[in-house]
Amino acid sequence: MTAIDELFQRLKGSGKKAFMPFITAGDPNMAFTSKVLRRLEALGCSMAEVGFPYSDPIADGPVIQASYTRALGNKLKLQQIFDEIQSDRSERKMPLVAMVSYAIIHRQGQEGFIQAAKQAGFSGVIVPDLLVEESQTLSQLCRKHDFNLVQLVTPTTPPERALRIAEASSGFLYFVSVTGITGERTELPPDLVDRVGWIKERTSLPICIGFGISKPEHVKLLAPVCDGLIVGSAIVRCLEKAGESQEQALQSAEHLIASLLAALEPAKG
Amino acid sequence: MSTIDSTAPKIVDPKSPSSNPTTSASMQVPDASGRFGEFGGRYVPETLTRALEELVEEYQKARKDPDFQAELDELLHRFVGRPSPLYHAKRLSGLLGGAQIWLKREDLNHTGAHKINNTLGQALLTLRMKKTRVIAETGAGQHGVASATACAHFGLPCVVYMGAEDVRRQKPNVFSMRLMGAEVRPVESGSKTLRDAVNEAMRDWMSSVEHTHYIIGSVIGPHPFPQMVRDFQSVIGKECREQCLTSLGRLPDAIVACVGGGSNAAGMFYPFVQDTSVRLIGVEAGGRGQQSGEHASPLTYGSPGVLHGSYSYVMQDNDGQTSDVHSISAGLDYPGVGPEHSYWKDTKRVEYTSCRDDEAIESFDLLARNEGILTALETCHALAKAAQIAKTMSRDQHLVICLSGRGDKDAAELARLRGQEW
Repeated sequence: MTAIDELFQRLKGSGKKAFMPFITAGDPNMAFTSKVLRRLEALGCSMAEVGFPYSDPIADGPVIQASYTRALGNKLKLQQIFDEIQSDRSERKMPLVAMVSYAIIHRQGQEGFIQAAKQAGFSGVIVPDLLVEESQTLSQLCRKHDFNLVQLVTPTTPPERALRIAEASSGFLYFVSVTGITGERTELPPDLVDRVGWIKERTSLPICIGFGISKPEHVKLLAPVCDGLIVGSAIVRCLEKAGESQEQALQSAEHLIASLLAALEPAKG
Repeated sequence: MSTIDSTAPKIVDPKSPSSNPTTSASMQVPDASGRFGEFGGRYVPETLTRALEELVEEYQKARKDPDFQAELDELLHRFVGRPSPLYHAKRLSGLLGGAQIWLKREDLNHTGAHKINNTLGQALLTLRMKKTRVIAETGAGQHGVASATACAHFGLPCVVYMGAEDVRRQKPNVFSMRLMGAEVRPVESGSKTLRDAVNEAMRDWMSSVEHTHYIIGSVIGPHPFPQMVRDFQSVIGKECREQCLTSLGRLPDAIVACVGGGSNAAGMFYPFVQDTSVRLIGVEAGGRGQQSGEHASPLTYGSPGVLHGSYSYVMQDNDGQTSDVHSISAGLDYPGVGPEHSYWKDTKRVEYTSCRDDEAIESFDLLARNEGILTALETCHALAKAAQIAKTMSRDQHLVICLSGRGDKDAAELARLRGQEW
């Protein structure tokens, strides 16, 4: 059982929902990433998704793509991510899930990557460009190392395929809210609540919704039908000015997160 | 619905070439999961899966539909001008003093390159899938022009993503696309070249996939694109094979084609894969030198990895980040290559080599001055290597060059590179 599994078991017992910010590793450097993670934990975030910058992301919108470009522009290396995350490992209670493009995992070797990520303190990985059909090997290796492989379901996924993906997923199921790339949306699809509800009835796996969520209204609408919410671009946008003033960037992110966490409160049973 | 479930047990037919224990290249590739040997596959976000499955399904139906083939053949004949000639370059052959050189004149196609063979096929599929919008990426602009042309022909709206650097160096094509009603969106991210144009087109498709078809211009990308684009381009090799049998009474001794993503080479080579007497030579962009960042030759200097939805040779650093590449020609300035080329490299069916920028530029004059043909800078890479190879062959041997595109688009850039007035 991973720290993510334990977290959702705990939340289920208390009827609470997970709040999961996404941040980009090394934007603009790993020391700042560590600092952000400490503040997220202090704010009461349940877990955090750490994006590994990739040179050619396909599923990411302009905000996250630009954060990857900044991090890689500062010569961020994979080993630095692992080293820095590991250095805080003993103080951190909040589980971390890595968001990593398959090109990076393949280059390290699948098992080597899992071992390094686990040793650093990650409890699982989301691979946005590894379809369920291509994921058997990684999935087996993750099970062997007690590491979660979180799979994604999207609005274009047919129902029977969604169930197959849910079966293959571990830790939680990532429910992508929109047909598109990451980034804040004013409106979320009207049938989202129903679609999440449909799959929720058919799987025991926790379901977290991500993509497009940026406002307290979104949180209020979605929290009752899922087990957790993921907020990425809106937070990365707050943090993008960290190169100029770290404290200012952190404060604006904290302000946003506090408002989203407050919106989550009523759902806490 | 077709499946790409790789857990399904593989049915092994001892007579089928793909189960042959030797490493010889088969024409029975890819398999149901889009694999050419170990290469290819499908590494994309889940959002695109349904559209890719739909494309597989529609393409398989279309292949078996005589009406589809007839419509495409008619277009290729009357709109494109196929078959393209196989021309005996006698003066050039005499000058080099080696093999007889034959040019497969894809430059004479409507729009001036081989790219139109693929865009018409995919535009027809777009209509069959009842999709109402087309997006495309382009490097040199030839695929962009061919996409704009196919879309104008069928009345489909078309958006072409093109790296800002390529917009600069291939201006004539940008103008042509706009004249035919396509919207050209310059891409300012990353290296501002073909790779970034592919990224941007993929991102567009992530949001528009329900009504938009992405016409990928090369044998790259997730399954079924590498197979489908190869098949549409195979008209080059099929015609060439027949023309050789008619004109020479036999198959040629060698065929040379340039390789960026590798679509003209794949279309030329594929029908010859089992003709093992024919040497097949693919020429990558050698750029300014062998160091990473100075060339665009993943088959020559790279290693297998994942880029743009498939597993193939790629220029990557040890972290899996795509490396910057360089080529004088926008169409070859790409860090990846089609998975079937990786398969042909590892099975040793095709020899891959590279040609430097300066050699390519020099060879432009070879055909211009001796045969009266202006050649695209991409194709000049094949030309330069072919000239070297021809010299090592005897006069009664025959070498075919896939003359994939015309050079008018490069005139201004060539003048700039040579410090001449335009």
